[in-house]
Amino acid sequence: MRCKLVAAAFAASVALSSGTALAADLEVVHWWTSGGEQAAVSVFAKEFDATGDRWVDGAIALGETARATVMQRALGGDPPDASQFNPGRQYEDLISAGLLLDLTPLAEKEGWDKFIRPDQIKAPCKIDGHWWCVPVNIHMQNWAWASVAAFKKAGLEVPTSWDQYLADLPKLKDAGVIPFAVGGDGGGWQISLLANQLILAQLGAEVVEKIWKDKNLELAGGPEVLKAFQTLKSLGEYADNGSPNRSWSDTTALVIKGSAALQVMGDWAQGEFQVAGQKPGVDYACLLGPLVPDAKYVRTGGDIFVFFKQKDADVERAQLSLASLMVNPRTQALFNTAKGSAPVRDDVDLSLANDCMKKAIDVLKQPGSVVPDANQWRNEAFTTAQNAIFSDLIYNKATTPAAAQAQFVDLLKNAE
Amino acid sequence: MAAKPRGSLLTSAIVQDAGIAEGRLQSRARRRRQLGKLPSIIGTLPMIVVAVGVFVIGLSFTVVLSFTSSKLFPTFNFVGWYQYERLWATARWVESVKHIWFYGAGQIGLSLVLGFLLAVFMDQRIRGEDTFRTIFLYPFALSAIITGLVWQLMLDPIWGLQAAVRSWGWTDFKFAPLASGETALIGMIVASTWNGVGVTMAILLAGLRGVDSEIWNATRVDGIPRWRTYLWIVLPMMRGTVATAVILLLVGVVRTFDIVIAMTGGGPGISTQMPATYVIDSINARNVGHGMAAATCMLLPILALILLQVAFRARANRRATAR
Amino acid sequence: MSVAAMAVEPAGPKPGKLTAGRIGIYAFLVVSALFFLLPLAVMILTSMKPMDEIHNGNIFALPQHPTFDYWVKAWSSACTGRDCYGLSPGFFNSVKITVLAVPASIALAMINGYALCFWRYRGSEFLFTVLVFGAFVPYQVLVYPIIYALSRVGLFGTLPGIVIVHTIFGMPILTLIFRNFFASLPVELFKAARVDGAGFWGIFVRIMLPMSLPITVVAVILQVTGIWNDFLFGLVFAGHDNLPMTVQLNNIVRTSTGTVEYSTNMAATILTGLVPLVVYFVSGKWFVRGIAAGAVKG
Repeated sequence: MRCKLVAAAFAASVALSSGTALAADLEVVHWWTSGGEQAAVSVFAKEFDATGDRWVDGAIALGETARATVMQRALGGDPPDASQFNPGRQYEDLISAGLLLDLTPLAEKEGWDKFIRPDQIKAPCKIDGHWWCVPVNIHMQNWAWASVAAFKKAGLEVPTSWDQYLADLPKLKDAGVIPFAVGGDGGGWQISLLANQLILAQLGAEVVEKIWKDKNLELAGGPEVLKAFQTLKSLGEYADNGSPNRSWSDTTALVIKGSAALQVMGDWAQGEFQVAGQKPGVDYACLLGPLVPDAKYVRTGGDIFVFFKQKDADVERAQLSLASLMVNPRTQALFNTAKGSAPVRDDVDLSLANDCMKKAIDVLKQPGSVVPDANQWRNEAFTTAQNAIFSDLIYNKATTPAAAQAQFVDLLKNAE
Repeated sequence: MAAKPRGSLLTSAIVQDAGIAEGRLQSRARRRRQLGKLPSIIGTLPMIVVAVGVFVIGLSFTVVLSFTSSKLFPTFNFVGWYQYERLWATARWVESVKHIWFYGAGQIGLSLVLGFLLAVFMDQRIRGEDTFRTIFLYPFALSAIITGLVWQLMLDPIWGLQAAVRSWGWTDFKFAPLASGETALIGMIVASTWNGVGVTMAILLAGLRGVDSEIWNATRVDGIPRWRTYLWIVLPMMRGTVATAVILLLVGVVRTFDIVIAMTGGGPGISTQMPATYVIDSINARNVGHGMAAATCMLLPILALILLQVAFRARANRRATAR
Repeated sequence: MSVAAMAVEPAGPKPGKLTAGRIGIYAFLVVSALFFLLPLAVMILTSMKPMDEIHNGNIFALPQHPTFDYWVKAWSSACTGRDCYGLSPGFFNSVKITVLAVPASIALAMINGYALCFWRYRGSEFLFTVLVFGAFVPYQVLVYPIIYALSRVGLFGTLPGIVIVHTIFGMPILTLIFRNFFASLPVELFKAARVDGAGFWGIFVRIMLPMSLPITVVAVILQVTGIWNDFLFGLVFAGHDNLPMTVQLNNIVRTSTGTVEYSTNMAATILTGLVPLVVYFVSGKWFVRGIAAGAVKG
């Protein structure tokens, strides 16, 4: 009798231990709340839900708010299970405090080293031989988006160079169209993005890194940078009254509607055009460079996800599952098509990608074409302060390009 | 008090009476202190914990950390005055300080003037007083964020007041303060006054009604016009009330943060940045040492004010006991 | 002179007939009332119009076909990221937090005000000054010590944790107004009770508490408004199971699909603002009486 009981107990325990672990809920924090971004993050969520675990959405509007909240929760010991960040130094404190899950075993098992390309995308995540985050896309920032209808209203073709565009500005204004669309929210990050591209256009890819990476003060105080500041100022004069404190997607909406002619924004704007059903070349034009006829470089940023150590084996399993899912070919294809960004691997089916994306990926594949943005080299305190300088230049009539440049040099000099 | 004296003495006697009453309250306070204290200490234990644990320790940390290079996690790597030097060399901070003085003076001034006017008019035994009061006070129940959002819409050049008035015929009407750096602060002052002046009015109205009603007879007898009475006699008698109103307004001004975020995001450019937003942005951007330096600079004027008030009270106490 | 008793009766000079002066007074009051009501009107009108009417008309135009569709959308289907459930997910959490934090913060501050008024001990005035000083400090400055403290006791990211945070930050102003209120009461009440042998708690419960309805109403409105509308503390301290409605509100209002959806934004804003407004309208008269009594002694 006892033998049977023992046998039964043994059988039961074997059955239990070989069964699947419990499905887990993962709280994921991100700041993708616009229409296009929503479509993209839903890809992750749906794919993840299909694996049996559950994506608990923790969207927090505005990147700075989201990042600050995650940091404070991490400090308090209640971090989310996963969080979005931009590649670079935003999460360096989390790494040094040992709060992040080490993804190295997973990375080695799946061979992330081999398919995640290019190196500039790997570097923010693979630090000192350890993988601390998973890159999910490559965003290219140096784009301009133009409304075909708006230019037509002024009797013009979509410009292909800066000089042409600058000449077009007064004519666009006369035609009743907003010549230059920009938004000033979030402390001026859009303006900063614009300024960075203007400086890139002046100095070229090889040289420009010296400013943010090496803190080269001579370059920062030089005539090319000054010219970029002056262009920024003139563009500001052709922006509209509603520009301050406007979000990037509301600004894109103006271009989509045809009320504004052109916006300088990263490729994430493409998602908005897609959701509105517009076609590149027909309704809108995508100008890499921006507005550089034969663009040979792409300024990259992107998004990565970090995973916080939680004291639960089921959760950890789910976290690794999500990390792996985010970089598999299928998810990469769906996510990046919806988002308008480039995937982090080559072997991805991009038949759904439109011409703009294909253009960018071609450039991306060329060696030496990738210029990471300042986030890579400087910390968030620097970028916040930088945003304020550019924002002040464009909106404050009293601030001159020279004065703003002096502040920029001073900030760089004291940057950590 | 004996039979009421006549003439201009009446007015001054009533004013003096109020001063004596004030002094009596102070000495009463001293007598109360002799009563048993232990239950009181126990009852106020949370306050002690909060005051000491949070505010004293927290504020000391603030000052200490302002001399370090703390990023996200506090460290004790002392760097002397470095953070302060960086602070005052940063245009965004210097502008914030200018802004808050301008905004503070405007907001407090406007609230006091409008609040007092409203209180005086409400005091005139008007009909529908309850309705008016409800209308003046309800914005206070709306948060700063709601206030900011609504006023942002109303002051929007394309969607708001300006467009509406223009569509009614006055095509040159211009009222979009938020669109330009020079006038954005004014827009904020309007919005936050809308939000808070009801409370100022209620406080001042209460103070008005706490004033001895004999003063009206007295000033009539003395031949002083009503508006003069309000300004030069009644208002000084309401010193305590006005002080409370000012303190509440001051707290609101110094903490100005939510309404900036909701209305302008600190823009256009940096034209509506406030010290509080600077502190919070610094801390959020993981530059804690720097943020603490900014916070310390913010708190110094307040500290000075409070010390002044304490000294003022001590002097009033001494004068009261001398009687 | 008991101010509490005198509170609501006008004491100004007796009105004369309908003179130009009287007309002037009413005119000023009516114009002021318009200034105060305008934004509310705009909020309500905008929330009931579709976007094209807003774009083509002006903000004061009445809606052609007034509709509550946007209210429903804001409540149940507006997108806040990946989820499109509107404001409703956080509603119950906001209720939980408010229902717990309002009484807690008021009770403690009431005891403080009472003690600071009648039962002062050495250092109590200094502590109070520290508290008032603390009222001026921007929250984020003190957030770090509080994060540490709460995480040490395991309350970070929990409902009790957020209640404690609200209590801490509400303490300065609430203590101030309670203290002022109790100071305005006639001290004879207190002395008589002492003579009868009542102690600290006895006097508090039997005498002070029943008399403090007006000021409690003020405190309730202050706290309900502050706590119900709070965003930053809830985001960090409440834990992801208790995120208040304001998190969804922030996501809805901050971003959009195409154009700024003023209709939905205004509807969402009204829905969020309803709770404190209702509390205010229900308690109106006591609120005024409370401010009167809580403010006179500076």
